[in-house]
Amino acid sequence: MTGGRQRALWILFLLAPAAITMSVFVVYPLVAAFRFSFYTFNGLRVADFVGLENFIDVLARPPYRAATFAALWHNVIVFLALLIVQNGVAYLIAYALLKALPGHRIHQVIVFLPVVLSAVIVGFLWKLFYHPLFGVVNQALLLVGVNGPPWLGDADTALGSIIFVNAWHWLGFPALIFLAGMQRIPLETMEAARLDGANDAVLLTRIIWPLVAPSATIVFILTFIGSFNWFELPYIMAGLSGAPGGATDVLGLYFYRTAFGTVSSGLQDFGHGSALAVLMFLFIAAFSAVALRVLRRREIEL
Amino acid sequence: MKRLTLSTLGIQALLILNGVIMIYPLFIMVLSSFKSNAEIFDSPFALPAHFDFGNIRRVWDETNFVVYLANSAVITAVSVAVLLVFGTMAAYAIARYPFRFRETVFLFFLSGLMVPLKLAIIPLFVQLDRLGLIDTRLGLVLIYVAMGLPSTVFILTGFLRTLPGELEESARIEGACEPRIMWSIMLPLARPALIIAGIQNAVPIWNDFFFPLVFVTTDRLKTLPQGLSVFMGEYNTDWGVLFSGLTLAALPIMLCYVLLSRQFIAGLTQGAVK
Repeated sequence: MTGGRQRALWILFLLAPAAITMSVFVVYPLVAAFRFSFYTFNGLRVADFVGLENFIDVLARPPYRAATFAALWHNVIVFLALLIVQNGVAYLIAYALLKALPGHRIHQVIVFLPVVLSAVIVGFLWKLFYHPLFGVVNQALLLVGVNGPPWLGDADTALGSIIFVNAWHWLGFPALIFLAGMQRIPLETMEAARLDGANDAVLLTRIIWPLVAPSATIVFILTFIGSFNWFELPYIMAGLSGAPGGATDVLGLYFYRTAFGTVSSGLQDFGHGSALAVLMFLFIAAFSAVALRVLRRREIEL
Repeated sequence: MKRLTLSTLGIQALLILNGVIMIYPLFIMVLSSFKSNAEIFDSPFALPAHFDFGNIRRVWDETNFVVYLANSAVITAVSVAVLLVFGTMAAYAIARYPFRFRETVFLFFLSGLMVPLKLAIIPLFVQLDRLGLIDTRLGLVLIYVAMGLPSTVFILTGFLRTLPGELEESARIEGACEPRIMWSIMLPLARPALIIAGIQNAVPIWNDFFFPLVFVTTDRLKTLPQGLSVFMGEYNTDWGVLFSGLTLAALPIMLCYVLLSRQFIAGLTQGAVK
């Protein structure tokens, strides 16, 4: 009797610290974010209840509307580019590593090295590299007789340049996830395909791709969440307003600007900021849930 | 044993090319920190004429670099320590004791796995303001602990469930109390999982820029990535010093990674490869 009671107290003691921390700093803020989005703010305090006005503002009224959809569109570009380029190269690298050629262990360590660095270090490093006159990118192009553009200063190249840096930074992550998936494929399967005359291209597209479907699912979802939360790299490389002229503006920057103001105008607007946060949260959650369901079904079918 | 075929050669070439693309930028970063401005602009790819530590000394002496470094070290160490204690306690309860609502409690922790806490920054700001924790290191620690708990509880619960029950039972029969069983018998077995969970949390906390950006304004409380962004603005014409700052900021985690690369890779891809 007392033994059971003692046991219950012991379990409660074990669970309490983690549960309380989670409640105060994760659950409460999430619930509050929804509530805040229905109010105007007076500094840090909730002022008037305005119903759906904040949502209507950011989705349908100027000046918010144009900025919201421009930023969203840039996030879509970032997501698709990373999905295809970063993860495509990662898939090839994983296959190359699977061959266990001499030096593959060192390569594994090298390809994952940038992943452990802060986006702040990576962003500033490449910002120096992209400098129109003195950066190593254009200096290298000059060696082969090409005058490189001002990568980050030109609206046509800025977003792509930052996407490339993101791919360089994170390449090792999907590569090693794919590698782990490939290593789980039975050797007999690969040998049988080889004996049937399958070359690398056939192996990669017909045999391995369906068998690493679980890895592809994870990579897809993580790329999606990462792309729509993109903040540090554009903040460091393009600034809070997505220079030049909003060409690199993404939802993360736009949300931050709306909520906390820019350097020039420190105007806080927690109401519209919360509405944006809620919309982003719902969008990410809904898309991830649907994508996960579709991709899981695909895993079984393949 | 392997036949040297054309495709093998092609694949090796692809790996070497990729390896160069990954490592060469970091190589230039380190080399440039020994160069003067003139050397960087005129011969960016050459080795430095001589290894001059002047730039590095300037970063160390003239800026608050050491303060930023110490702040990051303290915040990361305390956050990870608290995370491992809280996380292990909760995971142990969920993994080793049958109780009512056990699955519900587990789901409660798991629900935090997919939530990007950045999006809750406004209420977090209001919450920390109410608690008087804006612009403090403690405020950051609490957020990091909360942010890391879901994945920590997830990993450790998964691991602790795999431990055999016989050890526990025989200790119980010999009259050992529950805290003692947990501390002396079960936890020593969980050390590998604790190391993985520790690294998985330490790296993003050490590298984080977003939460300090919002919450910390006092210069002597700033973390390394945040301090670096201040420093990069101040010295923006002195490239040798800029590269030195980047190199010094990257050095601690790169050293840890080179020493413990297997654990780093396992820790950071954990959860994604399961």
